[in-house]
Amino acid sequence: MSVDQNTVRKVAHLARIAVQEDELDHFAKEMSTILDWVEQLSEVNTDQVEPMTSAVAQNMRVRADEVTSPPLRDEVTRNASGAEDGFFAVPKVVE
Amino acid sequence: MTDTSNYIEGLTGSWEIVMGLEIHAQVVSNSKLFSGAPTEFGAEQNTQVSLVDAALPGMLPVINEKCVEQAVRTGLGLKAQVNLRSVFDRKNYFYPDLPQGYQISQFKDPIIGEGLVEIDLPDGSTKDVRIERLHLEQDAGKSLHDQHPSMSFVDLNRSGVALMEIVSMPDMRCAEEAQAYVKKIRAILRYLGTCDGNMEQGSMRADVNVSVRRPGEELGTRCEIKNVNSIRFIGQAIEYEARRQVEVIEDGGTITQETRLFDSKAGVTRSMRSKEEAHDYRYFPDPDLLPLVFTQEYVDAIAATLPELPDDKKARFVSDYGLSIYDAGVLVSEKVRAEFFEDVAKGRDAKMASNWVTGDFFGALNKAGLTIETSPVNAKQLGELIDLIKDDTISGRIAKDVFEIMFETGDDPAKIVDEKGLRQVTDLSAIEAAIDEVMAANPDKVQQAIEKPKMVGWFVGQVMKATSGKANPQAVNKLLAAKFPPSAED
Amino acid sequence: MTELTKLNLAEARDKLVAKEITAQELTQAYVSAIEAARPLNAYVLETADKAIEMAKASDARLQKGEGGALEGVPLGIKDLFCTKDVRTTACSHILDGYVPAYESTVTANLWADGAVLLGKLNNDEFAMGSSNETSYEGAVVNPWRREGDDTQLVPGGSSGGSSAAVAAEIALATTATDTGGSIRQPAAFTGTVGLKPTYGRCSRWGVVAFASSLDQPGPITRTVRDAAVMLKSMAGFDPKDTTSVDAPVPDYETALTGDIRGLKVGIPKEYRVDGMAAEIDSLWQQGIDWLKQAGAEIVDVSLPHTKYALPAYYIVAPAEASSNLARYDGVRYGLRVDGENISDMYEQTRAAGFGDEVKRRVMVGTYVLSAGYYDAYYIKAQKVRTLIAQDFAQAYEKCDVLLTPTTPTPAFGIGEKLDDPLSMYLNDVFTVPANLAGLPGISVPAGLSANGLPLGLQLIGKTFDEETLLRAAGVLEEAAAFTAAPEAWWRA
Ligand SMILES: [Mg+2]
Ligand SMILES: [Zn+2]
Repeated sequence: MSVDQNTVRKVAHLARIAVQEDELDHFAKEMSTILDWVEQLSEVNTDQVEPMTSAVAQNMRVRADEVTSPPLRDEVTRNASGAEDGFFAVPKVVE
Repeated sequence: MTDTSNYIEGLTGSWEIVMGLEIHAQVVSNSKLFSGAPTEFGAEQNTQVSLVDAALPGMLPVINEKCVEQAVRTGLGLKAQVNLRSVFDRKNYFYPDLPQGYQISQFKDPIIGEGLVEIDLPDGSTKDVRIERLHLEQDAGKSLHDQHPSMSFVDLNRSGVALMEIVSMPDMRCAEEAQAYVKKIRAILRYLGTCDGNMEQGSMRADVNVSVRRPGEELGTRCEIKNVNSIRFIGQAIEYEARRQVEVIEDGGTITQETRLFDSKAGVTRSMRSKEEAHDYRYFPDPDLLPLVFTQEYVDAIAATLPELPDDKKARFVSDYGLSIYDAGVLVSEKVRAEFFEDVAKGRDAKMASNWVTGDFFGALNKAGLTIETSPVNAKQLGELIDLIKDDTISGRIAKDVFEIMFETGDDPAKIVDEKGLRQVTDLSAIEAAIDEVMAANPDKVQQAIEKPKMVGWFVGQVMKATSGKANPQAVNKLLAAKFPPSAED
Repeated sequence: MTELTKLNLAEARDKLVAKEITAQELTQAYVSAIEAARPLNAYVLETADKAIEMAKASDARLQKGEGGALEGVPLGIKDLFCTKDVRTTACSHILDGYVPAYESTVTANLWADGAVLLGKLNNDEFAMGSSNETSYEGAVVNPWRREGDDTQLVPGGSSGGSSAAVAAEIALATTATDTGGSIRQPAAFTGTVGLKPTYGRCSRWGVVAFASSLDQPGPITRTVRDAAVMLKSMAGFDPKDTTSVDAPVPDYETALTGDIRGLKVGIPKEYRVDGMAAEIDSLWQQGIDWLKQAGAEIVDVSLPHTKYALPAYYIVAPAEASSNLARYDGVRYGLRVDGENISDMYEQTRAAGFGDEVKRRVMVGTYVLSAGYYDAYYIKAQKVRTLIAQDFAQAYEKCDVLLTPTTPTPAFGIGEKLDDPLSMYLNDVFTVPANLAGLPGISVPAGLSANGLPLGLQLIGKTFDEETLLRAAGVLEEAAAFTAAPEAWWRA
């Protein structure tokens, strides 16, 4: 098994997904199954192969430096649970 | 040759400070790096947030061509390698002011590679600092922690604003060098018009990486002091942090690599508790974007529009105007200063212009806490004052008084001279009358002066006083010399 | 009124233009059919009032002879497409009640052409799934059943609502998205036509992202012609999507000439996988024969890295997803579960808001991007992806389109594969390679399995050559003459 419970804990925290202690084993097994299976890619010789960076064969287009977005405070905050006074609000962040 | 003057003396010997800086400079542009929202400072909360900046579902970034151009321009100004192909990556982490859950930045393939900056040190010497890279990235929003007892408030106006992160090599060895580096970068960016360099408004801020080591030994573990927002604080933060590290090591401890914040009220750096956990940013190329590719012709076209930069300007001021390296350095250190000087010096005695600008003018600004932009005296007026000296309308001595009045009232010098009757007396008969009057009133001094020609100076002062300083000093001297011819014995 | 819903899109369009029917009649017929089909759980939101209103406006335009290309055509929209002022949740709990203030480019294109919104269609949560069982709104039931068997089957995924709606005739056509097969596989499972365009052909702007470098919107329809009509409206350059391609949109319908004489059809030998059902193999052979009879030239080609497509996909897609889904943090929209502090709020919100499959993929994606694993997994997979794209490029030196089965099996029972992610992933073994290479693909219903379920054949085309793809698909469709339809058991 490539993934142990500790790794699950670490990854879950990186992904900000709370995982209960009794779920760790389940996640470890599932992740291991998938990761062990994708391991077969190591059979492929990829020396001298460039990783694919995009599925479209073109360079990046640019846009003009223009203000095209009007003030949208109501639109961007209308779905927020904790909006107050035009701000988004979250539990206090301690630095 | 190693300069040992910057070493910190600890209890167990000398320590060398090693510093590298990461400067975040806000790109001058109308709209954000990947969205069409405006970038102006100081707008009401969340009024400059596009759908993209708020990372609403399904939103996609599209890059602003001006920001790309500004980065290239800056790269050229830093004499750096411009990469014709660069890639935007996602830096993944969670924070309330980071709506996407990742920052679009450049990791492996930045737009600008290695460059070089010459910094000007307080003693008039210069030093080269190597630039490692410059990359484009998005700014985050702003979290406000003091508006509510249990909540933090988030304003996304800055979210997505274009930043250039300029990373130096660890080439600095003392606080003054770091400060000189920041000043120089700021000057270059302002000359280029790519960043307004306004540190109070946060459009330029520095992360300072500080480590200490025994001279000549391997680099020590560094701590990163985040987001220092004034040149003075940079100096204080470094001084404190270097001493702290020396103390820790000398006490037998070890430095742990960490991010610290400078508390400007207490003058200390503090570990950022919430960021202590190990970061794993999981950088990978942003699949919503394509590689940024441009041609050498594009770069050349930008290069052709580059203004004269501080170092070149300094050299020109020395060679064309005959200024001292020091004065030239002072004048070019800020674009507005150099422009002001050149306006004053145009068609005039450049050295005199330089003396007036760097002397009385900067002195007065400094004292009044003003800047060139807010100065009551403009370049045209200062130039006119110099003209009045040159055409003998007023003496250099009177000019200082006139300048003071100009600075107080903002009036033109000619008007002040006229109103206050300060025009210089060049009428020889009037001066002679004044001399005769003084001589008649002081026969004893006349006698002394005949015996001791050095006493003639006393008469100069008296005559100037009698004419309220308006007598042309050369004329006074000439006439007095005729009254008291040097004796043959002398 | 049932008769109205029997019309396919092209027929209905023509009758609307000829004023033989009105948009309101047609829309009302669908509204009623949708109500009657609720047991399928295809729609997660019905917008009947809005539909009637839009149909009225269409009728007004049609009266004046001003109708657009889809004037009065009632469509169902996958819930991944943001629709202005109409709830859009990607069928995830974490987007609870989300009402966008904007319209996706693709749907905006459809409305601009006069189409009518019937409602939002069910899909796997964030399009992660091959059976539509991961939806927070519950599974969609395939209108098809095995002969003499009441077992409820999956409609395929992730566009299971879209495929079921077309198969059950509760939408004239639907929008869908395809990241690893999510248009073609459900089309194959429901006897419908599913077209995944070239990556960059349809804008992704306003479509809830799953895996940015793979996602591509496209239509599910009853006929190949309908797919051509839908694509023409959906496609187009969008300056808001950097990955969309600035190329003219051809009139795909005129490409359906029925003439494929001299067309070179490649048969990739690596698609003949171990354990593939004999009926799939023989259907494939049947397809080869049909195209040959129509004058195509059959060429054997090799796509040597085919077997690595699926594992490469299951690194790249979760990696991108783990990052794309980071924005669902409870701060600005959607579900928020309070926590002791900000980190706790994030973790509780995301634990409650994401379903099992999404969590699994986000965690795998986080893992493969994390320090020490990035090169071994992510970079390796992207290199393999390059090889897969090269395989196709080489094959296309010898042929114009490729013919393969769409899926290795017909539709399976709800719940059958839920506990076995790997066997679920294998559903996409034939569809994933086209996504990795950005190529267009189409699934055409071609026959029935032994137990009476639809089976599809897939054509894969060259980049931006949807015209050839559609032309060949049209010939295949005609040859297969697939007329079977599910019994309307849900109208109990
Ligand atoms: Mg940094
Ligand atoms: Zn940065």
